[in-house]
Amino acid sequence: MSKVGIIAYGTTPFTREDHKIESILHKSTNDLFQNNPDMDKKEIDAVLVSTNNNSKYLSPVLSEMNGIQPKIAHSIESLCNSGTNSIVSAFSYISSGLADMVLVSGAERYDSPGQILEWDNSRGEFKHPIFWASLFSKSYKQKYKISNEQLSIVSVKNHKQAKENPNALSKKTYTSQDVLNSKKLTEDLRLLDCSRPCTGSASILLASEKVAKKNTDTPIWITGIGQKTTSAGFTKNMSLSSMESTKIAGESALKMSNRNISDVDVAEIHDAFSVCEPMALESLGFTNPGEGMDMINNLHETNNFKINPRGGLIGAGHPLGATGISQTIEIVQQLQNNAQKRQTDNAEIGLIHNMSAASTSSTVLVLEK
Amino acid sequence: MSFESELSKGKFCIPECTKCEKIIWPPSGFCDKCTGITSLRKGEFEGKIIEFSKQNEDYFCMVEFYNSIRLIAKMEKIPKKDQIVKITKCGISDKSYFFTVV
Repeated sequence: MSKVGIIAYGTTPFTREDHKIESILHKSTNDLFQNNPDMDKKEIDAVLVSTNNNSKYLSPVLSEMNGIQPKIAHSIESLCNSGTNSIVSAFSYISSGLADMVLVSGAERYDSPGQILEWDNSRGEFKHPIFWASLFSKSYKQKYKISNEQLSIVSVKNHKQAKENPNALSKKTYTSQDVLNSKKLTEDLRLLDCSRPCTGSASILLASEKVAKKNTDTPIWITGIGQKTTSAGFTKNMSLSSMESTKIAGESALKMSNRNISDVDVAEIHDAFSVCEPMALESLGFTNPGEGMDMINNLHETNNFKINPRGGLIGAGHPLGATGISQTIEIVQQLQNNAQKRQTDNAEIGLIHNMSAASTSSTVLVLEK
Repeated sequence: MSFESELSKGKFCIPECTKCEKIIWPPSGFCDKCTGITSLRKGEFEGKIIEFSKQNEDYFCMVEFYNSIRLIAKMEKIPKKDQIVKITKCGISDKSYFFTVV
């Protein structure tokens, strides 16, 4: 299989503003091309758009707005992990030889229809994600004897880290008490435990090894990919305190990259809600079951940005179709030693965890210099 | 007679394959194992509370039936894990199913 590298990226700030989906897609691709003025758009073989927005024909529309006439142009939707799924599709096009250069652009509006999976009637009248998150939180806290106060550190840490991310939705820091005193959505979930839907876009350019080396001296290689879908319905999750799809996807990605989890220097984790961060860390093997909060606490106390340096979904915001791409851009910046105040020490190997619908589907990527 | 037509009348039925007898959830016309046609088992079914939380005055619980069907139902009184419950009210409202257990 030929190597696939990430050679350029662009992004918009994540906001609660009302913009057309086409406009924000164009804004992040424009940022990409402005930052890489020597990039030849004629070399782009495919344009993939990641979104849950219902607008039609977005990939050809985006191609036309950028003056690109690709061979391949289509959208990809898979709720919250649409972004990394699009990157996997781009990887596949390149590694198969169907394309040498692929533009992947993800975007969402604050009012995305992807926030609720209408099909999942097993949730009864409790379809909003706050209900599965509440059941996860209750189950996790009870199983591992974690208090609300202990769990609040996830939100405190990620808002703190988002403050160093100029594109993050959150501009504030919070104390543990602020999180506990924030609006009580359910008995087991406060407002500041939640990532917020928002408007934003992120774009990256992937290329084959030959084309990548021609265009940049610092490509970041995708060395591992793992994906797993266990179901679509939340109630098919047999465990409410671990993430089966994440465990399988993580193992696959690390096996493909011939790495161990202990080799990972920096990671973006899909913290849609506070409890998701320790659950994902444990399911990926960063810690033993029930010890995810110990790791998070330690990182917070030592001001170590190893996990979710851009602030996670809780701090950065969660524009569904853009999230996985924005996570990937963060790891690229970290590996290129270009993450400014968020920079972690000696980042050589990075991991991205992006999931959908209560962890019924997960994608894990491993990136290396 | 479909699962949804019965549910809309307030009757909860168990969808089951007529060939291999596998319980199919979420409800579907076909078996996901042997492709057989499904039928509905009627009756009063007992479920077990797997987990629960609370919003305002109402509890919401994940309830399991026959080790295979799991759904989220409303409950007025304080639930307990592993408590055995029955569906007392169900239906379809705004295209969404709803269930209440006691």
